[in-house]
Amino acid sequence: MAVLLLGAAVVLSVAVGSVFIPPLTVLRLLLPADMAPGWEVGDTTTFGVILYQLRLPRTALMALTGSALAGSGAAYQGIFRNPLADPYLIGVASGAGLGAVVAMSVRWPYSTLGMMVIPIAAFIGAILSVMVVYTLARVGRTVPTTNLILAGVAVGSFTTAINSFLMLRGQGELRRALAWLLGGSTQTGWSPFLAALPYIAVGLVALLLMSHALNVLQFGDEQAQQLGLPVERMRLWIVLAASLVSAAAVAFTGVIGFIGLIVPHVVRLTCGHDYRRLLPLSILGGASALLAADVLSRVVMAPQELPIGIITALAGAPFFLWVLRRAKQQAYW
Amino acid sequence: MKTTPLLEVRSLSVAYGMRAVLCGVSLTLSTGSVMALIGPNGAGKSSLIRAVSGVLPVRGGQIRVSGTDLVALSPAQRARLLAVVPQARNLPPAFTAWETVLLGRTPHLNWLGQTSPQDDARVRLAMERTDTLALAGRRIGELSGGEQQRVLLARALAQAAPILLLDEPTAHLDLQYQVSLLEMVSSLAQQDGYAVLLALHDLNLAARYANQIALLAGGEIRAAGSPEQVLEAGLLSQAYKIPLQVVANGPGGRPWIGPI
Repeated sequence: MAVLLLGAAVVLSVAVGSVFIPPLTVLRLLLPADMAPGWEVGDTTTFGVILYQLRLPRTALMALTGSALAGSGAAYQGIFRNPLADPYLIGVASGAGLGAVVAMSVRWPYSTLGMMVIPIAAFIGAILSVMVVYTLARVGRTVPTTNLILAGVAVGSFTTAINSFLMLRGQGELRRALAWLLGGSTQTGWSPFLAALPYIAVGLVALLLMSHALNVLQFGDEQAQQLGLPVERMRLWIVLAASLVSAAAVAFTGVIGFIGLIVPHVVRLTCGHDYRRLLPLSILGGASALLAADVLSRVVMAPQELPIGIITALAGAPFFLWVLRRAKQQAYW
Repeated sequence: MKTTPLLEVRSLSVAYGMRAVLCGVSLTLSTGSVMALIGPNGAGKSSLIRAVSGVLPVRGGQIRVSGTDLVALSPAQRARLLAVVPQARNLPPAFTAWETVLLGRTPHLNWLGQTSPQDDARVRLAMERTDTLALAGRRIGELSGGEQQRVLLARALAQAAPILLLDEPTAHLDLQYQVSLLEMVSSLAQQDGYAVLLALHDLNLAARYANQIALLAGGEIRAAGSPEQVLEAGLLSQAYKIPLQVVANGPGGRPWIGPI
């Protein structure tokens, strides 16, 4: 189901844009020639160029970002045992943003290798802010919801302010960072995707391997330890993996809210809380959801593009409320 | 019969910050026996259970299982020796009973955290033993307090540890569920050979289901031994600070305790 959904989203995302490529042509171009013989598809050369140099890289980057945001959101909700945790609310994303902008202010990246430095800077920013938020919010061994949100919002505003200051002070090229920070993929070609891929892949695989530990942690630190889990060490690894993943996503697509919050909850409401299912489904669902939002951002005011963050909030919030209403009235978190 | 005890606690001291909660507590527990920890609130019953399970730092003394010092072990190694049944409170409501019991297999999984058919078989066995298999697909949030407590007992059995620690397992339960749970626990000791250490606040249930009793007050053991030895009016009245009466030959031939 989730895989089919993602497939449909990919085809749609590749097809739609200022030049419409018919879905059949998309399939014809994507599949090896012998798998789709004799399809009448017309002018494949122009379409091919658009497909391989514009649409596919963007689709790939968006799918990767969506999976990263939803996967790390599910993980943050799990370790903080808090339904509101997501990369944005707990300040990780803005911390990552600051790290990335600082790196760009030192030198604007032109090559793929140069781009690969950005996620590392973003990762450092993300880790620093998650540490600060966690330390501020922590009461003994628990992290109360209100403390987490307050600390996250405060740290988030602070880092965002420094960010704005840096960008307004900066000359010329750093202003590009402003457009980037508002969300959406402004860079073209395969470089951003290739630069983000290793970080996100490593982080997501690590999270998937820790899904049993995430299940155990849902019963609280004390029970988790009595069940044989090295709690502190596990939590550290999960925070590191989730922060790596969200930092890499933020480093290339800027601030896209809501995906990390909504997608895991929709999966929980429909498929249950077992992280061994929840995590892979959130990853697939996040990719599909962000692709769908990206398509909308291209068609709503075509030929002009909307920042994708607007779409995720506009479409995501009502959809989330609808799912929440539909779910049976039972204690769910 | 083994001569060395399975669990041996020797002059154990535990403190929260500066406040001592256990001072020089010693006890031994062997295979097949049920030891009840009794005493007024704040006597240190739960602290003793938690310290033995490894979640409270030990200030002094030793906790040994078959001669091995627990303090030196990793959480997983410890969880293969001791399984804890906590009070059924603040459980994540959306997990199913099956998923919950499966978590008991945590200390036996490899680093990939993958469960095998053997793990599933263990879970099934534990749920059959505790009469919870019919609840496997239900969410724990929908279950009654008594059912939740049995699911947690099943989780502890799935851990396949020889020692069971229960922290006030009958708190907040109706009398019928208290009795059926303790029946189950005592049959686990007698038939399956578990060594059981449980904190109980109900003296009469302790008298009925335990074959050893330790009376705690002020973080120290005031008396330990058979129910007949420990459930004695003078000792109890002193520990609970109210006059108590003990009927030596109460219902079922067991001591019966009530306030005067």
